[in-house]
Amino acid sequence: MSDTLEFRVAIRTAIVEEMERDESVVFFGEDIAAEQGGVFAVTPGIQEIFGAERVFDTPISELAITGAAFGAAVTGLRPIIEIMFGDFMGLSMDSLVNQSAKYWYLSGEQHAAPMVVRSAVGGGGRFGAIHSQTHATWFQGIPGLKIAFPSSPAEAKGLLKAAIRDDNPVIFLEHKRLYSIKGPPPQSAEEVIPLGRANVARPGRDLTIVSVGKGVPDALQAAAQLAENDGIEAEVVDLRTLRPLDLETVLESVARTNRLVAVEEGPATGGWASGLLGLVAEHGLHDLDDAWLLTTGELPIPYSPTLEDAFIPGAEAIASSVRERAGVASAR
Amino acid sequence: MTVEQQPATEAPAAYLERYGQMLLIRLFETEMQRLFLKGEVHGTTHLCAGQEAVPVGVCSALEPDDYLAGTYRGHGHALAKGTDPRSLLAEMLGRATGVCGGRAGSMNVIDVAHGLVGCFGIVGGSIAAATGAAVTAKRQGRVAVAMFGDGATNQGYFHECLNFAKVLALPAVYVCENNFYGEFTPMLKVTGGGDITSRAAAYGIPAQTVDGNDVWAVREAALEAVQRARQGRGPTLLECQTYRHHGHSKADPAKYRPPEEVERWLARDPLNVAKARLAEQGIAEQEIAEVDDAIKARIEDAVQAALAAPYPDPAAENPTEFAP
Ligand SMILES: Cc1ncc(C[n+]2csc(CCOP(=O)(O)OP(=O)(O)O)c2C)c(N)n1
Ligand SMILES: [Mg+2]
Repeated sequence: MSDTLEFRVAIRTAIVEEMERDESVVFFGEDIAAEQGGVFAVTPGIQEIFGAERVFDTPISELAITGAAFGAAVTGLRPIIEIMFGDFMGLSMDSLVNQSAKYWYLSGEQHAAPMVVRSAVGGGGRFGAIHSQTHATWFQGIPGLKIAFPSSPAEAKGLLKAAIRDDNPVIFLEHKRLYSIKGPPPQSAEEVIPLGRANVARPGRDLTIVSVGKGVPDALQAAAQLAENDGIEAEVVDLRTLRPLDLETVLESVARTNRLVAVEEGPATGGWASGLLGLVAEHGLHDLDDAWLLTTGELPIPYSPTLEDAFIPGAEAIASSVRERAGVASAR
Repeated sequence: MTVEQQPATEAPAAYLERYGQMLLIRLFETEMQRLFLKGEVHGTTHLCAGQEAVPVGVCSALEPDDYLAGTYRGHGHALAKGTDPRSLLAEMLGRATGVCGGRAGSMNVIDVAHGLVGCFGIVGGSIAAATGAAVTAKRQGRVAVAMFGDGATNQGYFHECLNFAKVLALPAVYVCENNFYGEFTPMLKVTGGGDITSRAAAYGIPAQTVDGNDVWAVREAALEAVQRARQGRGPTLLECQTYRHHGHSKADPAKYRPPEEVERWLARDPLNVAKARLAEQGIAEQEIAEVDDAIKARIEDAVQAALAAPYPDPAAENPTEFAP
């Protein structure tokens, strides 16, 4: 199928389709209803379709936006909110962690808080330390929150539809460097991709590269290079959601390949990748010949292009890390 | 420390100096725009052209060792507080000679040597930073200033910090640059009550609405607020009404603003307001032209130096996670 679906359009389409499907879905955030449709031009024209009662701009008040989403969610609406940059999630933290995430359990499993918190994340855009972070791992250890992080347009659409239909609070991450990429549309317009199930994006026998979000296209690019130049066949596992984490798919892959590298755009300490390696060691040690991490340094994200490029592990870094670890010199 | 209020009227040289500082910021922003389009400034950048009178007026009321916390629209904040245009420009270009070695970029400049606690990329962040600086400043006989936009007054940061500063009688001056838009949204659409100045009354904080395009009006209001702070009489809120000449950030053509409104504000360009004032003071055109030339040369020098400077070499850098 040809690459006709743009990532940002996939997001917009998922929102529109789910709002058509379910009257209780509402959507609000900063400048999301403005003509451009948010600073990344993802949601233009949605207010025109559904009206200002269901789609509206808010003041610059992340605490109120996120707290209000919780209150609305537990009283019958299904809010989608946009916290423009993931970095601003610090201001959203309290109500998400202390209210939304706990509601299902504390109510004796009688009431949930169905809401989706969308944000743009990730580096590579020269936005500097406070507009480039990936906040997923800030929430990694909070039971009751789901975390979805799509890697392609079709996946963005399918995962977002699932997130909107999910009865739990879902943090939904959109990597800035993916907004303008195009990919094949989903098989059917109705396709919903279940949260909590990873996808083998490329089969391979020699090692497993696990990643999520933009790390997946990077890994696929690296895998193609390794196959062509080095005769290394890498399997690429796309986690799709970081919580729940589909450990089973990773273990199955490792059982085939015996080698695992987890690629994360963020520091190793406290990241999802180190957590995953721990779980694989616990449950799959007998299958492992080698396992390692490819992450950023334990530092904030720098602005200067030379520093940022060296900081973020992209396709080149993945390929050379695999070569080095496998002890092969590049054929090129 | 004895406190005497400086008069708002100044010697002719000082008039020229204010004008020159504003021009420095304006030309800096013109270069930023040009260099952005050439791909030399990376990511995004938020220009403050049109708003120069606010930081220049405020900083004219400060001592060099007073504190200021600015925003992502902060080039004017930094320059007015004394940051060298050379090192600021190099920072914008991501060069090793930048004031933060190229690590911070346009939105996050820190220049503590000049009392710039930082420029903050989180809307409202500057308000808290200045509030904390005021805790320090209180022991030192200094003053701390927060710069922030109209949009920031809807953040919890604004309300919590104003109350905090009031009950602790902190020497803080809260300077709202009301440019009537937060990104693409008109201020009135998102500001309950429609008025920023009056919000201070709820906290018992004196406040004033100021013509933010007249550097001497800003200066006069700031002098009073700074004096109040130094005398231990607590914080002040100044709402300086102004307008940005450009869009919100690099990619924004600002089509959401009515052309008549833009025209009206362009006619009140703070540089023209200042020039009229210079003429009133009997300052000769020749003298103004000399300032123009000197500032132009300073900016050109900064641009040349920055363009010639190296990028930081990641292999040679040895960044540390923690202070030793
Ligand atoms: C906490 C937070 N929310 C949102 C943003 C994105 N953002 C950057 S500037 C801006 C508008 C701020 O408006 P205002 O306070 O009026 O300042 P101005 O940009 O007009 O100077 C927004 C929403 C941000 N940087 N931080
Ligand atoms: Mg504003």
